[in-house]
Amino acid sequence: MNPILVVTEQKITAPGKFNPATWEVIAAAQQLGATLGATVVAAVLEAGDSGMAAECATRQLERVLHGQHALLAAYAPDVWVQTLEQIITQVQPSFVLLPHTYQVRDYAPQLATRMGAALISDVTGFGFEAGEPRFIRPTFQGKWAAEVGFARGDSADVKPGFVTVQIGAFRGDQAAMGAAAARVDAVTVTPQPSRLQAGEIFQEAKHAVDLTQAPIIVSVGRGIKEPKNLDMMRELAAALGGELAASRPICDAGWLPMDRQIGSSGQTVAPKLYLAVGISGAIQHLVGMKGSRTIAAINKDPEAPIFEVADYAVVGNLFDVVPALIAALKESPA
Amino acid sequence: MKILVCLKQVPAKDAPLKLAPDATWIREDVSYEVNEPDAFALEAALRLKEAHGGEVVALTVGPARAAQILREALAKGADRAVHVEGSAHLDAYAAAEAITRAIAGESFDLICTGLQSDDDGFGQTGVIIAELLGAPHATIIMQIEPAGEKRIKVKRELEGGNFQFVEMPTPAVLSIQSGINKLRYATLMGIKQAKNKPMAHTTLEEVGVAPSLNRQVLHKLFLPVKSKGTTRIEGNPKEQAAALLQHLRQDAHVL
Repeated sequence: MNPILVVTEQKITAPGKFNPATWEVIAAAQQLGATLGATVVAAVLEAGDSGMAAECATRQLERVLHGQHALLAAYAPDVWVQTLEQIITQVQPSFVLLPHTYQVRDYAPQLATRMGAALISDVTGFGFEAGEPRFIRPTFQGKWAAEVGFARGDSADVKPGFVTVQIGAFRGDQAAMGAAAARVDAVTVTPQPSRLQAGEIFQEAKHAVDLTQAPIIVSVGRGIKEPKNLDMMRELAAALGGELAASRPICDAGWLPMDRQIGSSGQTVAPKLYLAVGISGAIQHLVGMKGSRTIAAINKDPEAPIFEVADYAVVGNLFDVVPALIAALKESPA
Repeated sequence: MKILVCLKQVPAKDAPLKLAPDATWIREDVSYEVNEPDAFALEAALRLKEAHGGEVVALTVGPARAAQILREALAKGADRAVHVEGSAHLDAYAAAEAITRAIAGESFDLICTGLQSDDDGFGQTGVIIAELLGAPHATIIMQIEPAGEKRIKVKRELEGGNFQFVEMPTPAVLSIQSGINKLRYATLMGIKQAKNKPMAHTTLEEVGVAPSLNRQVLHKLFLPVKSKGTTRIEGNPKEQAAALLQHLRQDAHVL
């Protein structure tokens, strides 16, 4: 079996530091490789040598491919596609695993298409059927899970199966360390300059609230229907001594400021209590809150994906349950 | 600017979904609506046209019922529509092939898609269209403006509340993030005028796209396996409220 190639990623705001999703993908690749009898090779792409290749090589890997080029100083999709195309052509991997980050989502479909291959995105797990991996990914906003495989082509050519691994689906601390450091091979990459001109990375405004430090978060979603219903939610948050937060549609609609948004495009939080009210639990939201110690959810749809991560599930109309909760808290405060 | 907007019809957000007998998709008897990120893509295209002139063409790949979202797009202000009819379930690659083949011979300055669909959620179709056309692309777009002759400037959303401006030559492909703008409603006048706007019709067979082009196979759908032992709290709202507080205090010790 040809090796599995893991594409590592730097933090967008801290060059030279790994995005921790990298270790999750290495853990996933090691698990996949254990069944397939495939080794794992990792690719580190950067402008110079920041020590990332050596850091990566402490994990249990067959080797680390270190691609260095001045054009890799900042991310650009066409530069990444050309560079990885060159690396993949050399390695001939059976699978290419990447973290399901915004950056990977931006270039991986282009890379897979250019190589005559397919990308199965958002993968949260895998199993095997007759020796072939079947990947699990969410569909219908996480209401259903799909079991997906790569179509078998007629060609005998190695066409790697590209897979993006959902953040948090595998544990980075389970990426096995090697007995000795893996070999680091410098690979020659010669990308052309990007057609895109990217400016500096910036933030719109300083976060007025740091939800990552809040011990209790009451988070609201589409289910609250109208902005005037936020008053009731503010009252609940106050009664619990917590902060008010929201899923993306609420902030998109301007009902709450963007700095109150929890999810992949907002803040990632891990409070001791996360109370999700009227939130169905699309994967982009779950990514931002599923590390919470205790999760309680109130939703009228018994099949809402939020209940899959909830410790306590209240199936009911929030407009009945929330006032009852506020009343009960007033009787005996939190 | 001549702009193509790709739209997909998906089950309505609150539609109860039931599994089809072969377990590879849901039953068709649900209500449908335009995929939400695609609605924002259409709105972005209409605003560009209103500010800078040009044409907006709405396109969908889907069964006969999907023509409804094209009629809505025309009523909101799109100039014409293209329906690539077919009920085959396509992956992102095959869908992108169908779209690029259906527009062969037309030269758009900009192609806009939603970031991802609420059903399959591939989040790939726009990027693959760009690759098939050899055009530059950018994803998760929150703002679009022309930047001189045959160039555009966009604001990309990055993770963790970060953003970045990116400039690129046109033709280009953009995948649009929800919330980029405020969606408009179709006016009565718009609905009237839509009836006289052209809607081109072709089929997947005519553009030579079949499920055999799919590069990934959906073997089955299933209810997600619960990763946690979830305690269900039953009763009337008052009982549920009391029981939830009791659990949070005495079992979870978080209050």
